[in-house]
Amino acid sequence: MTSTGTATVTLPSDEQILIVRDFDAPRALVWEAYTTPELVARWWHARRGEVTSIEIDLRVGGSWRYAMTTSESGFEVAFHGAYRELVPHERIVSTEIYEGAPEHEAVNVVTFAEADGVTRLEILMQADSRQTRDAILATGMEDGLQDALDLLEQVASGR
Amino acid sequence: MARAATTADVFNAVAEPQRRAILDALGSGERPVGELVRALALPQPQVSKHLRVLREVGAVQVRGSGRLRLYRVNGPALKPIHDWIQGYERLWSDRFDALADVLQELKAREGARP
Repeated sequence: MTSTGTATVTLPSDEQILIVRDFDAPRALVWEAYTTPELVARWWHARRGEVTSIEIDLRVGGSWRYAMTTSESGFEVAFHGAYRELVPHERIVSTEIYEGAPEHEAVNVVTFAEADGVTRLEILMQADSRQTRDAILATGMEDGLQDALDLLEQVASGR
Repeated sequence: MARAATTADVFNAVAEPQRRAILDALGSGERPVGELVRALALPQPQVSKHLRVLREVGAVQVRGSGRLRLYRVNGPALKPIHDWIQGYERLWSDRFDALADVLQELKAREGARP
């Protein structure tokens, strides 16, 4: 069974994004890599820049904040939120706010499911509107994160 | 003021929910304005105005068929929007590739334990 490869992204509804990938590792380790600040700092950059700060207060009601400087433009992007539900090694429900458009919020449900030593990681993002969902998708645009963030701010301001 | 790039225009044009609804309604094929008015339950002047915006950015095209003008989605103009998903997928693939590298190290550490 192959456990590597690309993440798959689908859009289950107008306001949702689902990201899925299998990892060749038991879910206790995937959970550890996903929730330990020093480890998150080593993968969250997505090879697009440098992580400048990872704060994780892993308890219900606790907050998190991730920030990075993009290598393309050198400006900082940051996200933060709060944990709503935590089931160790199984499930995290948290809010997510992009600090460039703080009036919009997404709720992320992350699940860790293991079979035969392979862990399926699923992130289901529920945005507060289709526009927010599309703005989140736009952050992956190849033509530049700056363009995407400009767009996101336009969308967020309702223009 | 400088005119925004065409792709930005498409993004702006489809950021409007009623225009998204028009594109959805045209997804199944060509339709005249009257059908769109009925399908979306919007006043005709409003639908016509949205169609004009969508035509200006190339998101829809129109052809005359007798007295009927038929509107259709122009796929290539909407490609930047499909690229959103691909770009986002690449972002997460790169992120998860880096996560997989971290996991390999954690596994090696576990394996090294007595």
